[in-house]
Amino acid sequence: MPEAQNRWFMGWGASIVSLVLSLASALVLFSVLLLTSGKNPLDTYASIFGSTLGNGFGFSEIFVKMIPLLFTALAVALPARLGLVNVGGEGQLQLGALAAAAAALAVGAGTPFWAGIPVTLVAGMIGGALWALVPALLRAKGWLNETISTLLLNYVAIRVVDYFVFGPLRDPSSSNVPQTTKFADGFLWPAFAGRIHIGIVFALAALLLFAVVINRTRWGYEIRAAGSNPLAALRHGLPVTAYILIILCAGGALAGLAGTGEIMAIQGRLRPGFSPSYGYLGFLIAWLAGHKPLRILFMGFLVALIATGGDSLQIDQGLPSSTVDILMALCLFMVLADAWRPDRLEVRVRSWLHRKNGAVS
Amino acid sequence: MVGQPPAGTILLETRGLSKYFGSLKANDGIGLVVRAGEIHAILGENGAGKSTLMKLLYGYYQPTEGEILVGGAPVAVHSPRRGRGLGIGMVFQNFTLIPAFRVWENVALFLESWGTDRRNLVDRIASLSQLYGLDVDPLAFVRDLPMGDRQKVEIVKILAAGARILIFDEPTSVLAPHETENLFRVFDRLRTEGYAVLFITHKMPEVLRSADRITVLRKGGISATLPRADADRNLLVKLLVGDQSPDWSDAGPRRRSSVRAGAPALEFVNVSCRTDDGRPGLQRVSLSIQPGEILGVAAVSGNGQEYLGDLVLGLRPAAEGSILLGGKDLASARPAEVLRRGVACLPEDPLRMGAVSGMTVRENLILGHQVSYWKAGGWSPDTKKLETDAESTLMTAFVQSPPSLDARAGNLSGGNLQRMVIARELGRNPGLMVSYYLTRGLDLSNAQAARDLVLSHAERSMAVLFVSEDLDELFALSDRLLVLHAGRVAGTFEPALTTPQAVGLLMTGAAHA
Amino acid sequence: MTEGFLEGWLGGAVLTSTPIFYAALGETIVEKAGLINLGVEGTMLVGASVSFAVASATGSVPAGLVAGMVAGGLFNLLLGPLVIVWGANQLASGLALMFFGMGLSAFYGKPFVGSSLDGLSSFPIPWLSSLPFIGSILFNQDLLVYMMIPAAAAVWYLLSRTAWGLHLRAVGEDRLVAYAAGSRTGLLRHQALFLGGVLAGVAGAHLSLAIAHTWTEGLTAGRGFIAVSLVIFAAWSPLRILPGALLFGGTLALQIQLQARGAQVSPFLLDMLPYLVTLLVLVLLRNSSRGRMPEGLKEVFESSREGR
Repeated sequence: MPEAQNRWFMGWGASIVSLVLSLASALVLFSVLLLTSGKNPLDTYASIFGSTLGNGFGFSEIFVKMIPLLFTALAVALPARLGLVNVGGEGQLQLGALAAAAAALAVGAGTPFWAGIPVTLVAGMIGGALWALVPALLRAKGWLNETISTLLLNYVAIRVVDYFVFGPLRDPSSSNVPQTTKFADGFLWPAFAGRIHIGIVFALAALLLFAVVINRTRWGYEIRAAGSNPLAALRHGLPVTAYILIILCAGGALAGLAGTGEIMAIQGRLRPGFSPSYGYLGFLIAWLAGHKPLRILFMGFLVALIATGGDSLQIDQGLPSSTVDILMALCLFMVLADAWRPDRLEVRVRSWLHRKNGAVS
Repeated sequence: MVGQPPAGTILLETRGLSKYFGSLKANDGIGLVVRAGEIHAILGENGAGKSTLMKLLYGYYQPTEGEILVGGAPVAVHSPRRGRGLGIGMVFQNFTLIPAFRVWENVALFLESWGTDRRNLVDRIASLSQLYGLDVDPLAFVRDLPMGDRQKVEIVKILAAGARILIFDEPTSVLAPHETENLFRVFDRLRTEGYAVLFITHKMPEVLRSADRITVLRKGGISATLPRADADRNLLVKLLVGDQSPDWSDAGPRRRSSVRAGAPALEFVNVSCRTDDGRPGLQRVSLSIQPGEILGVAAVSGNGQEYLGDLVLGLRPAAEGSILLGGKDLASARPAEVLRRGVACLPEDPLRMGAVSGMTVRENLILGHQVSYWKAGGWSPDTKKLETDAESTLMTAFVQSPPSLDARAGNLSGGNLQRMVIARELGRNPGLMVSYYLTRGLDLSNAQAARDLVLSHAERSMAVLFVSEDLDELFALSDRLLVLHAGRVAGTFEPALTTPQAVGLLMTGAAHA
Repeated sequence: MTEGFLEGWLGGAVLTSTPIFYAALGETIVEKAGLINLGVEGTMLVGASVSFAVASATGSVPAGLVAGMVAGGLFNLLLGPLVIVWGANQLASGLALMFFGMGLSAFYGKPFVGSSLDGLSSFPIPWLSSLPFIGSILFNQDLLVYMMIPAAAAVWYLLSRTAWGLHLRAVGEDRLVAYAAGSRTGLLRHQALFLGGVLAGVAGAHLSLAIAHTWTEGLTAGRGFIAVSLVIFAAWSPLRILPGALLFGGTLALQIQLQARGAQVSPFLLDMLPYLVTLLVLVLLRNSSRGRMPEGLKEVFESSREGR
């Protein structure tokens, strides 16, 4: 195809337009759905956007939710650049939280914050990385695809956490509620605006690191090459197997930080079910963003907004909060279909004109 | 057979059949006559237009000019399905079989209707195979069958679909020698039963063994059509290749040898390897290349030369024998190690094996030696060095209008991609270059530029393992020639002491050194 | 004591394995066509919620069942245009479908959360159900349980003995060859998705109508993914789905039995068993399963790579 043609169509302007149109069509479809069940879509949107953008606390809550979401999105996006599909963010974040909790409880009270917080960081990353290790090994050896193994381990992870929370790590003083003992102050991550905590610094740093590594470093180059054409990469000496192991575990570590942040900053102790599907939402964000750093930031914000708005739907509209799952799924459908991509539109319009003019196809 | 036309009836005919791709005349004015009860061979070199002709007959291509007649009436074969409906059955080199299916299922798939009576179909297959000497178990899984038996399944498939004209495209390229003889016996049976058998090949012994009538294709047109009785080896070679010797005079006087003494740059000592499905690939191949020497490898595709690169790069283990690079054993070195030791490779399929289509030309140009383009241990790209090197590297292989460095490699034309990979590999000043089909897809001036580039590197003591199908090119560039056939070395020569004809005969197995 | 335990456990195993069985059976058809639907979980939820809602609203269990089947079929079909026409990544699309199903079922099922329904009751087969031991395990179950073996047989027949099945499998193995043979590849794959969805709908319906007798959000709790794994280690053979489903149903039911008897094993460890066993079996059987994977599926995992 002539390389000079259609220059406008290939610019980033086109991709933004295409993205906006995809999201817009998702909003339209969601409205249709709401209408069919007698709900007024405008009220619903007002509730979602009003409680978040129109409300000081709601607005800050978006960022609170963004923190774990950025981590879990990176947990998917980084391996995705290597061509790996990590669906295990949910489990990896659980194990990260567990490891951080165990470390905090083991090291004990009286630890100063400059020791305690790093302890949680390291433990959280190790926990998440270890949970990704088995799928990484299985994939590296060519025994089992990581999509299935990480998925299954999500369900195991929840039970592992439950076991510890109901068992060895249980807080003896709260017999009715299953949870661990409260963590000592030295381990807690401080907040500074509403509930927004230092995790946001870590998350943005991780995002920046991801951007720099993928786009500017040699390893990023090698990862992208291996992700796009593993055969050519192998033939040119790139250590593809080593990357599979390292990158998938790194993804696990990032998800582990998502869990760590939640319990160390928001919860203060480890409770079962502390994650409202952050792992899967991170998967959604990464794929919506095409695994690119800036888009992850944008999509992370969007999904956090919708998720936060969803919480108030229960109260305002009497709708289950998982209603917003529908909207998010629709967004992902439209973005995956990429139906608004200019060259596809062109093909579609041409063939419609073709048929209209009575040409036999 | 009931319903079969009497032997000699013209079943299929073409008149003035031509196919042009732009200015390329793939087929030019072909007049072919195919009769019932006759085995008709179409002989031609690679690129003579054989496969285009077959695709025209089968309905994959539509003719630019001319017509096809079946049973005396002109027809438009607008799809393979239509072709099947007209009684034309085709057996390709790449079988349209599903390995996971059983034999009968593969046959059923291509039948318009078979009811759902499996037993009936199984019996039909059994009786067909018995009748024509195609011994296959209808219940066997195709993936368990050797190539020869898979081919039998293909034949049963088209017979069951009612073909009366059976066309075979290079049928023996995937067969072992004893399977080849079986195939010809099948042809004989089919001939007796009144079918028309048309087979395309570049192998002369087969033509001489099996054909009743021979059509020789050359450069897209028919060189001659003659009955077997009138044909002999020398005549056929003359018809195939032409009287004139190739004009290397354009390439200038034979270049002075730049071969250096000392330890060989590359050495194979009795190297054997296996194919992916466990069959023998290379068998006890020995070769040796000095620094500055160009060793041409002449082989028809699929005769083992495809494993040479993999073996050198360490991607495929040698089942026996050893490979030495610069005098030192390769042992089980990984590609990174091999590349570090100064080896470069232009692969058979550069798009799939030598480039990352999702990346830019700029990024592709550093693949394999990317380390030197980053500072601070890999953190910061040396963009200035990258730009200058990229531009200068690219210019070595492009006579004019190189592609933009920002262009996506997957969007490059075949020729541009080829030159990009050539530029990259040679740009590393390797001590050994394994090159497959250097000038594939390149027009005259760019092909010459590529050859010149290789020659200039050879002058500076780069050794070259030069695999090519183009005999003219091999003769112009090589210091020595190695002929591979069926995974074995058929002979080693100095170009000045042999002729393309002789090498051609060895390549096709028609003669033995 | 042990006899009661075994009877209770095995009977429970048969019951619990039923939804997984149907979902896996449906997914087998889909995967034989060369597609993978990670969103079966969502389809099951849609089937469960719709069938419960309709059964509650109309008072008719058969109506609920049929509604669940149709809803499942149509829901699964959503994947068709997305993946077949627009070429979206199958793995991501499947997960999006799961999310969609979770949201949709929660949304439309809200009025019915917590309400209970007799639903599909067990239907003892005369005489056979009074046999000692196996009587209560095998012959005192509901209709859908009894239909498992006929369903497996029917799907087996459809896939291996009909022309439709032949062409469908060809599409799943090598689309180019299928196309050359004249198969209508797009249509066949959509039909596979629909059938798969119908069966997943049945699975969901069974879960809400026959096992839980209620509806709650997220009722399936990962059974959809177990079903997908089950297809792999049954090596895509409809006849091997049943033993595999029983294995998982068995581990699920084991926990209930042990808890009821006050066994001292942590319920969480027991809960993990189905997933761990799945993982283990997938790894152990990797060579035999890989041999049977439809070639078209292999591409799905490879093509997750191509940098866009």
